[in-house]
Amino acid sequence: MTEKILEIPEPGMHTEPMLINIGPQHPATHGVLRLICELDGETVLKVTPDIGFLHSSFEKLGEYRTWNQIVPLTDRMDYLAPLMYNCVYVMAVEKLMGLEVTERCKIVRVLCMEMERIFSHLLWLGTTAIDVGAFTPFLYAFQERERIYKLHESFTGARITTSATRVGGMMADLPDGWTDSLRDFVRTFPKTLDEIDSLLTTNGIHLGRTLDIGVISGEDAINHGFTGPNLRASGVDYDLRKDNPYYDYETYDFAVPIGENGDCYDRYLVRMEEMRQSLRILDQALDRLPDGPINVADPRVSLPSKTDCMNDMESMIHHFKLITEGIKVPAGDCYFAIEGSKGELGMYVVSNGGEKPVRWRIRPPSFVNLSVIAKLAEGHLVSDLIMINASLDIVLGEIDR
Amino acid sequence: MDLSGSPFDAVEQGPEASEGTRGTPRVSGGDRTENALVAALRGRFDSSILHHEVQAGDQHVVFVDGARNREILGWLKDEPDQRYDLLVDVTAVDYGEGKPIQVVYQLWSIVFKRALRVKCELPLDALSIDSVVELWNAANWLEREVYDLFGVDFRNHPDLRRILMPQNYAEGHPLRKDFPLRGRFSREEQTRLALSQDYHDYYTLEELEVGGAPGIEPPAPPRLAGKGRTSR
Repeated sequence: MTEKILEIPEPGMHTEPMLINIGPQHPATHGVLRLICELDGETVLKVTPDIGFLHSSFEKLGEYRTWNQIVPLTDRMDYLAPLMYNCVYVMAVEKLMGLEVTERCKIVRVLCMEMERIFSHLLWLGTTAIDVGAFTPFLYAFQERERIYKLHESFTGARITTSATRVGGMMADLPDGWTDSLRDFVRTFPKTLDEIDSLLTTNGIHLGRTLDIGVISGEDAINHGFTGPNLRASGVDYDLRKDNPYYDYETYDFAVPIGENGDCYDRYLVRMEEMRQSLRILDQALDRLPDGPINVADPRVSLPSKTDCMNDMESMIHHFKLITEGIKVPAGDCYFAIEGSKGELGMYVVSNGGEKPVRWRIRPPSFVNLSVIAKLAEGHLVSDLIMINASLDIVLGEIDR
Repeated sequence: MDLSGSPFDAVEQGPEASEGTRGTPRVSGGDRTENALVAALRGRFDSSILHHEVQAGDQHVVFVDGARNREILGWLKDEPDQRYDLLVDVTAVDYGEGKPIQVVYQLWSIVFKRALRVKCELPLDALSIDSVVELWNAANWLEREVYDLFGVDFRNHPDLRRILMPQNYAEGHPLRKDFPLRGRFSREEQTRLALSQDYHDYYTLEELEVGGAPGIEPPAPPRLAGKGRTSR
């Protein structure tokens, strides 16, 4: 009997695979994501993501709401970059209507979108660092995020559920002193970013955990539908701000960082550099911000002033019609995409000329990026699976919608 | 009351494009190249290219025959002059009132920097179309989602299961226009179904086999390849 106890399996011997669930409630899955892992020891043989736990049927709900009532649904999808989702939705509707927003509105939206890119990347940075055991960057990143939360709050009244855009403009103009606070952020944030940079970029533990982990070639990345920083980390130069510019992005001076190896480390480097480039755009946009109206003077979408409503009948009827019926959007369909913080963020809106959309579809960047995890994680260790999942920068609210 | 010339008119008249925004092409390429694309498609696939239209000012939409979607999309992807190498999105639109369901492919060419929308119309009684997973792996989850929410069957899809709704969801396909907002079943029935799920519902049969769950035939004992074991 002693012989049997001492028996040691030979290398290469077949061992039985084991099935393990990570999630749906697990801090390392960055949301309500369930990963069904088939493991051989600590090696991942196969991983199957299971999603849908946060499914809220936003697209179905949207079909029962007027065009402007959909805006609050959009920020609940990606609560890490809410203003960006607010913006892209109304931009799609405006494109379908053939509506050109005012210059001030454009710049305010650019400010919002670039601010949200930093906002979202900071959360990714903090939580990813925690996944590889570094606690300090998390605290630094969240301290900076808090400042953007405050900017959200003073502009929109809400920290996360901003709902700041309307078709044809914004909910309100920027409050007094808002641009100064943002300028202050743009001026002081690089110092924190440099500190985090010095903590992680050449850190031996971080390098060991990210170099050559979850490698995907550029060709495979395109085939799998990767977009955004994940795709650029694989060496593909595709950024909608440059390739299909909207809101005059072609006139801003900024660079698009491109990786080489397509591993977790390159995805880290690309996002770090993107934050610096976003700061450059913010800086230029703040200089450009003109005075003038923030909403278009188009009676199809804009409400008359309160004074007019109280003084003449037609304005009051106009106000009443717009509020009770909602705006009307011409029949047709439109796909509009921006470079989101997580990849190509598109909105596909279909109208039959009425007050409600026939179909409202989000092209979800995280959803498509997450579908690649099975390929990336195969053959890696479980701890690498966690790192790969973190490096994809997913948000489950938008994956499940 | 005379309301002519008031802003009220514009609301009543409904939508129209505002001045100065028409004909400002945002997508590079412009009309000529895109029309060349339609001509090339017609030359190659003849009557399978049903209809071409321009939406939202500059977005080109091509309606193709659902029976040849894989062939046409494969050509668009690989033809050196086209190179629509990025499948951005696959989705569907149900217009209701018994109209056919449209399956929508959004394509983007990274090389030529232009977009194209391809649509296939499927009648409600024949919701079946070839999968394009062989061309783009990106289509895997996107087609699963369309199957889940619209009930479109993608032929030769490697893993056509529900993705957002639970695997044992019995109420149908939620994004169809004939699906009521709160579901087909009563709230009571929905609660009963949710509570009566057991863990088998959360795994595929293959996964249950790997996990060796009770109630499932245990997997055959693995054949031992080691030499040491057999000699004892």
